[in-house]
Amino acid sequence: MQSFTVHTGIVASLPRDNVDTDQIIPKQFLKRIERTGYGNVLFFDWRYDKEGRPDATFPLNAPQYRGATILLAGKNFGCGSSREHAVWALRDYGFRAIIAPSFADIFANNCVKNGVLTVALRPSEIAQLLARDAAGLYRLKIDLEQRQVSWNGGFQAHFDIDPFSRSLLLEGLDEIGTTLKREAEIEKYEQRRQAGL
Amino acid sequence: MKHMTARTLFDKIWDRHVVCTGPEGSSILYIDLHLVHEVTSPQAFEGLRQANRKVRRTDLTFATLDHNIPTTGDRRLLEDALARTQVEALRKNCRDFGVPLFDLDAPEQGIVHVIGPELGLTQPGATIVCGDSHTSTHGAFGALAFGIGTSEVEHVLATQCLVQKKPKSMLVRFSGLMGAGVTAKDLILALIAQIGIDGATGHVIEYAGEAIRALSMEARMTVCNMSIEGGARAGMIAPDQTTFDYLKGRRFAPQGYAWEKAQQQWSTLKSDAGAKFDSTVEINAAQIAPFVTWGTNPGMAAPVTGEVPDPDQGANASERNGMARALEYMGLSAHTRIEDISVDRVFIGSCTNARLEDIRSAARVVKGYRISNSVQGMIVPGSQQVKREAEKEGLHRIFTDAGFEWRESGCSMCLGMNADRLKPGERCASTSNRNFEGRQGVGGRTHLVSPAMAAAAAVAGRFVDVRKWHYKD
Repeated sequence: MQSFTVHTGIVASLPRDNVDTDQIIPKQFLKRIERTGYGNVLFFDWRYDKEGRPDATFPLNAPQYRGATILLAGKNFGCGSSREHAVWALRDYGFRAIIAPSFADIFANNCVKNGVLTVALRPSEIAQLLARDAAGLYRLKIDLEQRQVSWNGGFQAHFDIDPFSRSLLLEGLDEIGTTLKREAEIEKYEQRRQAGL
Repeated sequence: MKHMTARTLFDKIWDRHVVCTGPEGSSILYIDLHLVHEVTSPQAFEGLRQANRKVRRTDLTFATLDHNIPTTGDRRLLEDALARTQVEALRKNCRDFGVPLFDLDAPEQGIVHVIGPELGLTQPGATIVCGDSHTSTHGAFGALAFGIGTSEVEHVLATQCLVQKKPKSMLVRFSGLMGAGVTAKDLILALIAQIGIDGATGHVIEYAGEAIRALSMEARMTVCNMSIEGGARAGMIAPDQTTFDYLKGRRFAPQGYAWEKAQQQWSTLKSDAGAKFDSTVEINAAQIAPFVTWGTNPGMAAPVTGEVPDPDQGANASERNGMARALEYMGLSAHTRIEDISVDRVFIGSCTNARLEDIRSAARVVKGYRISNSVQGMIVPGSQQVKREAEKEGLHRIFTDAGFEWRESGCSMCLGMNADRLKPGERCASTSNRNFEGRQGVGGRTHLVSPAMAAAAAVAGRFVDVRKWHYKD
């Protein structure tokens, strides 16, 4: 897994609450058996019109957001279906981090497993970022080690992240490999379980 | 081990499954049952292959086909090439890794959250996971059951464990008893309308109270199923005699002496008096009316006696925006009476509401009627077993006589991965769990209701209050 330490990138804003994973990647793209190749269908139904052309009214299609690697979103981002394809699509499109007031649980879990950082900021901080967005293209620096989001002009916000997710992201660990190192304990548990204890 | 502090049901199941503490304050949690389906597993099995790993416990892993399969015709043909690839991938993966599969022609086939309980695989006190958010369904048995992504599916296949941070707990108490014509679906829709679709994020809900105790297992499953729609990690109900009566004699349930022992142990699975929850919600079930969603998430719901709200009444700018967007998508205007909304399609199915009791409840409403000429209606039983049992009772005739289609089991139009989809602009009364934009088909408009409400809407051609229904039985 790709690790995440410090990232600086262009921010794209999608200020809608409760964006569900059905919108992030509609069901017709869940029939593939690969983990990659979902970037061009991210937000498919919102992003393209009926003829398959980019819909100019969809925020992510704005020219200023070209090359964006950080997504600024509304509260409860990623709610609904557990489909990890949603994270694969965001990652394949180029997003390394998502900033929002809050995230749905399964989605946030899936992000960690794919090296995508979710940053929960206070509504007042999100409002500052949206105001900055209105003034044109800007970049943010996200430092996971320091748990800080900032830009050169002075904005600085601290974010909380559970230590476990943080260390997985910082080190880009193979989580399965880490758990398999606890084989002796798992086996012991299985013996207790078998005995009905 | 003696525990001096009062513990919740969730605490008890959690504690019992901690293998050891994991890195950075997490726990390594043992998983008793892992259910697998075709859509969220292929990448997980591929990951195992690449790392040269095997499935640790093929005896605790069960697979079925449900999400993308047809519900009509000869299902073995699978005309959709992409769906066929995925189905064949699951068959090959199950063969290669030794995982039992309930294939398309198996008598056990059905929606993963319907067959787990009906086969007796779902048991009190167990930890149950599946790459599907509606895994919360199994919590109805007093299990800790939650949905996971594909990376975690791979993790469980390889280790039979998950690395987890313990969620918070929430108690939802439904006092009083529901009125006639009000169902478990209405309880859960009322709860979500009250707390919001992120009201339980980060929490495991325990449902309690008089109204919950009075529910059948099937109705409890409906409640727990939609816990995720309130953002919860899981939902659970302490097991009782209703649970034991449901489980006894089922294929994978303990038998004989093992049954007696299991039942004794399951009886201890309840929250201790004085156990602390991180939050508590109280709802009077006696005051709940049948609910109908009007918007594009399950929290946007109103009693059938109510009306579509005015976005101007939203609490803040972003809520007002969300409501306005939803009404535009749904083709509805503020202050429209719910009973004045007409429907084109009716879908009775899904892991929320496609068990025998749901089918019976819809059949009772439909009996002696024909569905409206302007409505296309479809019944999709949750499993082959549900289908067989319903047919034994002659329910399929009631539906087909009324003009409904009677289909084979699967997820079907709950998510429209197969050919069962709404056309753009079509309005559907659906017993499923999500009314997201495009969920049942691009441009489709979904209203979530109970099976009885859906059946009544099919006959009337619009939403009606099923509490006033004239039953012809």
